[in-house]
Amino acid sequence: MVVPEAGAVPAEHPIRPAPGPGDGAGTLLSQWVELRPEGRVLLRIGKVELGQGIVTALAQIAAEELDVDWSRVEPVPASTDAGPDEGLTAGSRSVMDSGGAVRTVCAEVRRLLLSVVSRRTGIPVGELQVHDGAVRDADGVARGDYWSLVRPGLLDVAVTGTAPPKDPARHTVVGRSVPRRDLEAKLAGAPAFVHDLALPGQLFGRVVRPPSPVARLVTVDDRPARALPAVLAVVREGSFLGVVADREEEAVRAAEVLRRCATWQEPDACAEVDPVPETVGRPAEETAVERRSDRSAGARVADVVRTAYSRQPLSHASIGPGCAVAHWNGDQVSVWSHTQGVHPLRRALAACLRVDPDRVVVHHVPGAGCYGHNSADDVAFDAALLARSVPGRPVQVVWSRDDEFAWEPVGPAMVVEVAVGVDDRGDLVTWRQDAWGAGHDSRPGFAGQPGLLGAWHAADVAAVPAADPPLAVGGGTGRNATPPYDVADLDVRAHRLLETPVRTSALRGLGATMNVFAIESAVDDLARSAGADPLDYRLRHLPDERAREVLQVAADSAGWRSRRPGDPVGWGLAYSRYKGICGHCAVVARVEAVSEVRVTDLWVAVDVGQVINPDGLANQIEGGAIQATSWVLREQVVLDRHGVASRDWDGYPVLRFPDVPEVHVRLVPRPAEPPLGAGEVTGGPVAAAVANALADALGVRVRDLPLTPERVAAAIESS
Amino acid sequence: MTAAPGWATAQSLPAPEVVRLRVNGRDHEVTCRSDTPLLYLLRNDLDLRGSRFGCGLGQCGACMVLLDGHPTPSCDLPAWAAAGHEVVTVEGLADDEGMQALQRSFLAHQAAQCGYCTSGILVAACALLRADPCPGRATVAGALERNLCRCGSHGRVLRATEEAAGSLRAARGLPGAERTAGTDGPADRATRSADDRRSDDATGAGR
Ligand code: FES
Ligand code: FES
Repeated sequence: MVVPEAGAVPAEHPIRPAPGPGDGAGTLLSQWVELRPEGRVLLRIGKVELGQGIVTALAQIAAEELDVDWSRVEPVPASTDAGPDEGLTAGSRSVMDSGGAVRTVCAEVRRLLLSVVSRRTGIPVGELQVHDGAVRDADGVARGDYWSLVRPGLLDVAVTGTAPPKDPARHTVVGRSVPRRDLEAKLAGAPAFVHDLALPGQLFGRVVRPPSPVARLVTVDDRPARALPAVLAVVREGSFLGVVADREEEAVRAAEVLRRCATWQEPDACAEVDPVPETVGRPAEETAVERRSDRSAGARVADVVRTAYSRQPLSHASIGPGCAVAHWNGDQVSVWSHTQGVHPLRRALAACLRVDPDRVVVHHVPGAGCYGHNSADDVAFDAALLARSVPGRPVQVVWSRDDEFAWEPVGPAMVVEVAVGVDDRGDLVTWRQDAWGAGHDSRPGFAGQPGLLGAWHAADVAAVPAADPPLAVGGGTGRNATPPYDVADLDVRAHRLLETPVRTSALRGLGATMNVFAIESAVDDLARSAGADPLDYRLRHLPDERAREVLQVAADSAGWRSRRPGDPVGWGLAYSRYKGICGHCAVVARVEAVSEVRVTDLWVAVDVGQVINPDGLANQIEGGAIQATSWVLREQVVLDRHGVASRDWDGYPVLRFPDVPEVHVRLVPRPAEPPLGAGEVTGGPVAAAVANALADALGVRVRDLPLTPERVAAAIESS
Repeated sequence: MTAAPGWATAQSLPAPEVVRLRVNGRDHEVTCRSDTPLLYLLRNDLDLRGSRFGCGLGQCGACMVLLDGHPTPSCDLPAWAAAGHEVVTVEGLADDEGMQALQRSFLAHQAAQCGYCTSGILVAACALLRADPCPGRATVAGALERNLCRCGSHGRVLRATEEAAGSLRAARGLPGAERTAGTDGPADRATRSADDRRSDDATGAGR
């Protein structure tokens, strides 16, 4: 699934020029595509499968451009050993960027093979056709096929980006709902995840984390742990403490024995922390997101409406915790990981292990669902450091559920302040927005840091506070902070906090979820004050044609105009275009507010340009909508003086089967438009639509997330 | 504070012994401490990796197996408590009629994203179909309440499970076979939306 964005990779970790958006420049055709004599196409992509079906979509694009049957294309898992360096699978850009590159590369491979036939037969390339890899002339006479034409070295030529891709009107594979490749094995319970790897001689490692983020390891008596027969090694480096055993449960037990025998020094930290009141006005780096000034606007302003919105920190809370396997062979280490970027992880590991990057190989193996920068990279370092103590033996590390909640970076708490000037009809004139919160990027490579948790512990240094991705790739705190509506005078700023009580990083949507929640809540109230229907009010301020259409489609499918409000039912609407450049998304929510808020239905309309796999896209949209409903109704990371206090599923409840809304997806067909990112489009609009529906049901606005019964009651009381 | 499972923090360790387990219809002997959670034995000793580790606390359902026919988390079930009982994992249900119907239906609905939760869900759903051949939406949702899914595959899982129940009833010639998946009992859904039927959702081909 998902896919938050990376920040800039600093100069200390120079990145080999990755293919630019959609062109594959600087790479060889053979890095992407291998045609096998037995009639298979191996497709090497730098993107990784995170459960979002991206690999299936890219294979469809390859089959389309090569004119081969879809079943012949075999995506090869990303590895630093082979294939292009495409950086991270993040930011909803996989189909936008990689899809373009695969299209370019495959069109070029096809042209190259046809030119071989043309040279041999004298028939112009333009008169040759390809049917499932078989080349025919205009009369249908066979003129060879890919599988026998290809010679070693033939594809070792640079990608030029000059072969024209197929006209979308002739697409037969792209635009079709082909089933995911990986699902059959998963439904059979076959080994499918990095957790399921069982390399010969594999051992089990566990890490003993400090009792809090500021604690340091003073002493440890490791004799009781070493005395356990299954234990092969105890590793201590600074405040990094871990154990390797030959049985998994013995590694878990030994880690607990070690924990009991360790003495930590913990400076006095603060008592219970509610990060929200600790946000606005704290030391921060301010960024001007957008400024548009109109001197005459002030005179038209009849009223200024000021509001503030907040959310608590969110956890990724993947069902499977972080896991990796590492294996040292001499001075070389191989790592199997569910990272979002095999190359950035390789560079970070090399820096922390003080070895040459050439000595580190990272293979991608799927993990449980990935919704941003989770523990995947950190656990890879843990495995590499522990495995170094048992050279020649692979070591698998799985984080405990407790460590997963406590140590993976959280999506930061945020506060968004909005001040809107309206004219005497209640229409928008000026808009000022200030988004506050900790940074959204502490991925490997951020701010010159390898960014690996265990390496900070080993070096006994505090984790460096997260940065924000640059505005050019969508920003973090300021992501989607600019309203999509016509406003004469605009002043939008992001304030990234320089200190935070807990490690933060990219979680699906980054700052967009809160900014859209704030904008769309504010607009809803303004519509009501202006006496307008929320749909009409939005339509009259939205300049973008596709935005208006997607809103209309959502409203129509929900029966917005004929909706029947009334106790305890409420209806709400919201719109956004993720990052201002990805897909458009509009949502209608229907809620029932009794003792708690229940979302019964979500109608989600999306326009993501050309759709590669409609059912795969719908699956992602449904999933994103349900996850966002869970964020909004239930979720908050609780902090205390030891850091994260909500360390299991009781402490961090998520939506369960009986609570999920029915999600109705409508895709606006745009086959001739370029594909736009889709993985993160739903978060903001769903959050806002639910809050708007709640306001409709209660007549009271709740501006602080999550919408727990306590917060709803407090809002009713103070109204 | 840390919430390590009780077996892992126990001060006194039982000595390793031979534990006899009956899994998927076959007898196995494993040498381990008797309080070792069944999940580790299934995955590492019996090479049955379909039951996944999610929490180790009995809270998420990723590790569910059938214990004497009842869906039970295996991650906090000590080996001694499993001994003498019939354990069936997702792999052991491969020939089960209900499981096959579920797998076909899950595939047709593409009812998963990452699929990490899927084994546990299939085991719980399989037990449901044995107990109730004609479960409505609320019954299915209730039967899966102990299974968490973070990717948001819930809607598809619910539809796929109902449809699997329908196809099983049809295969057995049971009444209620004419009910199609997605119909939701008498709830007055017409008031919710002008065009609310699943078939109207533009989610396309592929099923
Ligand atoms: S892993 Fe057993 S219930 Fe979560
Ligand atoms: S499909 Fe990923 S957790 Fe359910």
